[in-house]
Amino acid sequence: MRSILTLSLVFSTIRLATPLVWAAIGGLYSERSGVINIALEGLMLAGAFTAAAMTFYSHSPWIGLGAAILAAAFFAFLLAVVCIRFKANEVVAGTGINILFLGLPAVLSGALFLSSGSTPQIPKEQLLPTLSQLLPGAPQWRIMTDVSVISLLALLIAAATSYLLYRTPFGLRLRSVGENPAAADAAGIRVNRLRYIGVVLSGVLAGVGGAYLSIGQSSLFTRNMTAGRGFIALAALIFGKWRPVQTLLACVLFGFADALTIQMQGVAKLPSGDDVPVQFIQMIPYVVTIVVLAGFIGQSRAPGALGVPYEKES
Amino acid sequence: MKAFRELLFPLIAVLCAFAVGGLIVLLIGDSPVETFRLLLGSAFSWPDGIGYTLFFATPLIFTGLAVAVALRGGLLNIGAEGQLYVAAFATAWTGITFATLPSVVLVPLCCLAGIAAGAAWAAIPGVLKARFGSHEVINTIMLNFIAVALVGYLTQYHYRLPGDPIMETAPIGSGARIARLGQFVPGLPARIPLNLAFLLALLASWLVYVLLWKTKWGYEIRATGQNPAAAEYGGVSIGREIILTMAISGALAGMVGINEVLGYRYRYYDGFSDNYGFTGIAVALLGRNHPFGVIVAALLFAVLQRGGVPVDAFTQLVSKDIVLILQALVILFVAAEAMFRRRSRQRVVGSRQGVARQV
Repeated sequence: MRSILTLSLVFSTIRLATPLVWAAIGGLYSERSGVINIALEGLMLAGAFTAAAMTFYSHSPWIGLGAAILAAAFFAFLLAVVCIRFKANEVVAGTGINILFLGLPAVLSGALFLSSGSTPQIPKEQLLPTLSQLLPGAPQWRIMTDVSVISLLALLIAAATSYLLYRTPFGLRLRSVGENPAAADAAGIRVNRLRYIGVVLSGVLAGVGGAYLSIGQSSLFTRNMTAGRGFIALAALIFGKWRPVQTLLACVLFGFADALTIQMQGVAKLPSGDDVPVQFIQMIPYVVTIVVLAGFIGQSRAPGALGVPYEKES
Repeated sequence: MKAFRELLFPLIAVLCAFAVGGLIVLLIGDSPVETFRLLLGSAFSWPDGIGYTLFFATPLIFTGLAVAVALRGGLLNIGAEGQLYVAAFATAWTGITFATLPSVVLVPLCCLAGIAAGAAWAAIPGVLKARFGSHEVINTIMLNFIAVALVGYLTQYHYRLPGDPIMETAPIGSGARIARLGQFVPGLPARIPLNLAFLLALLASWLVYVLLWKTKWGYEIRATGQNPAAAEYGGVSIGREIILTMAISGALAGMVGINEVLGYRYRYYDGFSDNYGFTGIAVALLGRNHPFGVIVAALLFAVLQRGGVPVDAFTQLVSKDIVLILQALVILFVAAEAMFRRRSRQRVVGSRQGVARQV
């Protein structure tokens, strides 16, 4: 086992957990306000594609990142309109957004780059920087050279969310809208307005997570490059019981499982001499979620009004 | 009037989806008219257009029925994708393991194995919901990924022919193959993979209709979907109903394996499903969760899928992925149906919202 548990596994975990944290914390804002968000996968793809395309044109990862946030926020807003204004089934609408982003990036990259679903390579110096690239004077420790700025920000966003949710009036209102909209309404809180904010914020953060995939961890957008990470983020949100710090830890755990899968490929052997089938490690996040949701490891209770459209009594 | 409205809204949703899709085509600098002519036109030539369209429609009828039955019972099964993978593998496994059996025994055995595997895989979230109250949407999503990993493992490590670079199993026994319709229909060449599973899909649609509207079981499923509390008060066991509905739904999704394994590739091919499980959601919604509506909606999506090929080949900028965009837009417009209703938005109740209420 010594060959597996190395320092690179730690950095690999950070890399792989980063997009999960952004998407899961994003999902938290939406679900805490009472709107199910299974569109995280699609919103991440929206961010990933926009970031890569805009960075290619503008040569600036920051413009790419900004565009990714705008694009993902726009489609989250669209989802919010469909779910809140028109009271569509949130799961169905979310599935629609997910399918949309299997198709839309492919069609656009076909038209813009004459490719079948990917964007051109972006030069290394135009990608989102690591800590040492941002602070050229800093010592060249591995934690500076290997960790992206976006990873550090992910940590901060989780902490900030925890503060916002439990220590500010906005957080209290958001939670009350998700738990008991009728009572919140009676207290003078504008339920649907807060839900719009929650869903759009989920788009903003999922967009950053997607941008990190295409112009941070990688250097181009490829077809369906999220490969289910939006759903793993959703799983982490449930495993983390819809709370920011626990969700962050769940993302790190799932990122670690992912990192382990990559490291073990072709290296680790079972006592029988066979390869360890990676499929079983890949299943871990999903199995854990089912087990947690069934209440075998502590109760994971969803916000009280999750998935219930709010209709003002008149 | 009611029937008219049932037809009107899906039609408006499709037209809106095409309008937005056309706008996207226009924005990327291609001709919407030409694109839609290619998309819709190529499906009606004989024999290739019609043959392939019906072949593409077959899995979509199955998954559309699967989603529709679940929705009628107040459940949202977005796990058809996982169910059909497990089922197709079980179908292939049976065809490989009992390869020497005569056809009259082997074909029904393979079909039953797939149907049972699909039902069992779907019953898991049913049991979890009935017993622990955990939401079927999350569990079916998770089980999709588990299913893909599981059959991937079995294919890669146990049922692949040595040296085969492709992720596929060994072929099934020749006795497990079912006939292609080309054998019966003059002018339809046997290279077109349209097979007996298409007729099975039509039969399944009729059976679902009979089940839901002509039997006590179906009545109880629909009653549970409409109003679980009232159904329980009327003596229906909700837990049993949830598991049963999921199992029937999974069994229908599982029949995709019959078309794929017994009628088309004659082996299990990893990753064969072209999003059938998710397209099934669009098919069911557009078909108003009615078996005959499902057939019509599946045919529409099959026409688009068939049309994607010439769009890829004959337009300058648009790729066949425009089909996915149209699918997504149809889902969004059908889901946001309240948009088209003038009077009340409360009318959008029924089974579709009962679904989310128990998260």
